[in-house]
Amino acid sequence: MKRPEPVQVVKERRDKALRRLVEAVPYVQFMGIKFERHGDELTAVLPYREALIGNPMLPALHGGATASFLEISAIIELSWQLLWEEMESPENKGLPVGDHLPRMPKTIDFTVDYLRAGLPRDAYARARVNRSGRRYASVHVEGWQDNRSRLFAQATGHFLMPERDAR
Amino acid sequence: MTTMDDARKLKIAGQFVSALPFSRALGLELVSLEGNVCEMRMPYREELVGQPDTGVIAGGAVSALMDTCCGTAVLIHPEAITGTATLDLRIDYMRPATVGKDIIARAECYHVTQSVAFVRATAHDGEGETPVATVAATFTVERRMPR
Repeated sequence: MKRPEPVQVVKERRDKALRRLVEAVPYVQFMGIKFERHGDELTAVLPYREALIGNPMLPALHGGATASFLEISAIIELSWQLLWEEMESPENKGLPVGDHLPRMPKTIDFTVDYLRAGLPRDAYARARVNRSGRRYASVHVEGWQDNRSRLFAQATGHFLMPERDAR
Repeated sequence: MTTMDDARKLKIAGQFVSALPFSRALGLELVSLEGNVCEMRMPYREELVGQPDTGVIAGGAVSALMDTCCGTAVLIHPEAITGTATLDLRIDYMRPATVGKDIIARAECYHVTQSVAFVRATAHDGEGETPVATVAATFTVERRMPR
């Protein structure tokens, strides 16, 4: 019987794959968005910066910053699921993922529902893939700040999936 | 409406847009204001790229441009609106923006009620007839208290 991989090896492989994916996208860096991983579950974190403010009087996060944060969360979640599948498949197990740039879905449409003003502090988001087919995916994203149950924004979007064999 | 008034309005609105930290970070520039229509430009910059393999600008950056342009269209509406916030914004991406080209948004605040402003917008990169994206959005309406 084959022995299971040491936990550190598994973690390192997964963290490296996630880092590669996130660091490949200039706009994710521009926004300063980070991703926390627990197993295959991702939480996007938007650390507060003054540059994210839209209304300096309140002050409140810019609606465009919120939209960007939620859309990035959705795209990275979808890309991560593709990457995970590839990385954890029996033929690839234990091997680092290839050098090719991550395959990323393209947004078809995205609807943001602004529930309350974004406060000048860190924001979090988690995306749920409601359907992911060969060509299309439907994703819902929830964004919150201090309280997980008090969302400040949510969004739904449709995405065009990358070609399976495209490298 | 004289040209002098329009020039003054454009200057004030331009200052307003560059006072918003996130709009400034994106490099947004006010192009024109006319009645309830606002035009705004987002110059192409590599740090706004969302598709690393192609160099296409991130959808989120286009959304942010559209949101700012739509909000400004609400504020310049002939009815005295003193403040606004986005309630809902839907964006449809019809095609990828051309790499290296600036994106210009054009937003029209086509209807205002006591509490809600309705806005539609298109984004273009100057290539062909088809816009890069279209938007339908609703905004809150805050009015100055009657004297």
